[in-house]
Amino acid sequence: MTIASALEMALAAVVLGMAIWTVVARDSFAAVVGFVAYGLLLALVWVRLDAVDVALVEAAISGGLGGVLLLGAAARTAAAESRPPAEHPAVRAAAALLAAAVAAALAATVFLLPDPAPTLAPAAAANAASTGLGNPVTNVLMAFRAMDTLLEKVVLLLALVGLWSLARDRFWGGHPGPRHRADPHGTLAFLARLLPPIGVVVGVYVLWAGANHPGGAFQGGTILAAMWLLALMAGLTDTPAISSRRLRLVLVAGPSVFLAVGLGGLCFGAAFLAYPAAYAKPLIVGIEIAMTLTIAATLGLLLVGAPERSAE
Amino acid sequence: MKFMLDIVTVTAISAGAFFFLAGTVGLLRFPDTLTRLHALTKADNLGLGLVVLGLLPHAGSLRGGFKLVCVWLLALLAGATVSQLIARAALASEGSGSFTVDGPQP
Repeated sequence: MTIASALEMALAAVVLGMAIWTVVARDSFAAVVGFVAYGLLLALVWVRLDAVDVALVEAAISGGLGGVLLLGAAARTAAAESRPPAEHPAVRAAAALLAAAVAAALAATVFLLPDPAPTLAPAAAANAASTGLGNPVTNVLMAFRAMDTLLEKVVLLLALVGLWSLARDRFWGGHPGPRHRADPHGTLAFLARLLPPIGVVVGVYVLWAGANHPGGAFQGGTILAAMWLLALMAGLTDTPAISSRRLRLVLVAGPSVFLAVGLGGLCFGAAFLAYPAAYAKPLIVGIEIAMTLTIAATLGLLLVGAPERSAE
Repeated sequence: MKFMLDIVTVTAISAGAFFFLAGTVGLLRFPDTLTRLHALTKADNLGLGLVVLGLLPHAGSLRGGFKLVCVWLLALLAGATVSQLIARAALASEGSGSFTVDGPQP
């Protein structure tokens, strides 16, 4: 057994242990902390599997934004937690049984997969030159299954609309989330002034590098969203009112540009979302730039929550 | 020359690993939030710094080494800020604890 495989086995064992701990932890705050650690460890697993793109998303979403979202949820449900569970023990047993059955079915599926597993990777690699991009993951996401990616972005937008619809009537069109106040000369405000210039450069770099290296719109957008949230939490800026025309333009920019390019393919090319070969790379990078802005704004607003202050 | 660099690498990374180990033991064994933070920041600052120092001879290029140093600096910044914030929150919430009696006031 080499040192590398010993490390991998230790990593897998720690990930499994973390997962079990997250499930059995009684306190939801502790479970969230466990889940964040689990996400970061899982990112290391993806790195070991040479899936750096996935690792970046795993760390940013599961370890970062997802963790913040769940911490907020844990804080809101803390009061309900001290009460004894209202469900009948039989209901709880049935739920546990159902969850165990789903897990067993998934495990069985993994074991029953043919070896080697069916894959489109050779086909994707053979056609990699057709887009002019060097990153095979971006090729797949933005060209070979662009339709899925387009629909994913629309789903993200729908999720935000769903969240906004939780607003009380009198706050509709107002500012989402609480107005954060922090000591303007304090530590958090210091970090919120120092870090965003670095973070914005890193976010734009990750977006730009995504054409040829691991990275892309989602990873870059998440970093930008994190920087915005940092400035928000330090009270340096406020969320825009959701009735703001500019905000709404940013929110629909990504899907609209994507759709427009897709329809262009339908009118002038072979099919919906067919890129003309000569312009494939600039079109894809253009979509990704618009998408990064949309993703950053959407993820940030999803974390901030429903409107709870009127626009005035 | 290469042998010397390897010695630097092994020494620095071993020392870094020791600080991570000590920091983890401190995190698990120390009695309250502030001392645990103290243990944790040692692992973050010195442990990671020594690991980065040990990796520098193997970075391959000036750019790679610069990236490693940047990772360390960012971890320093984040670690210092977050431990300040946690310490303030701990002081505020443990108002009756032993720390505010003669410890530093926020």
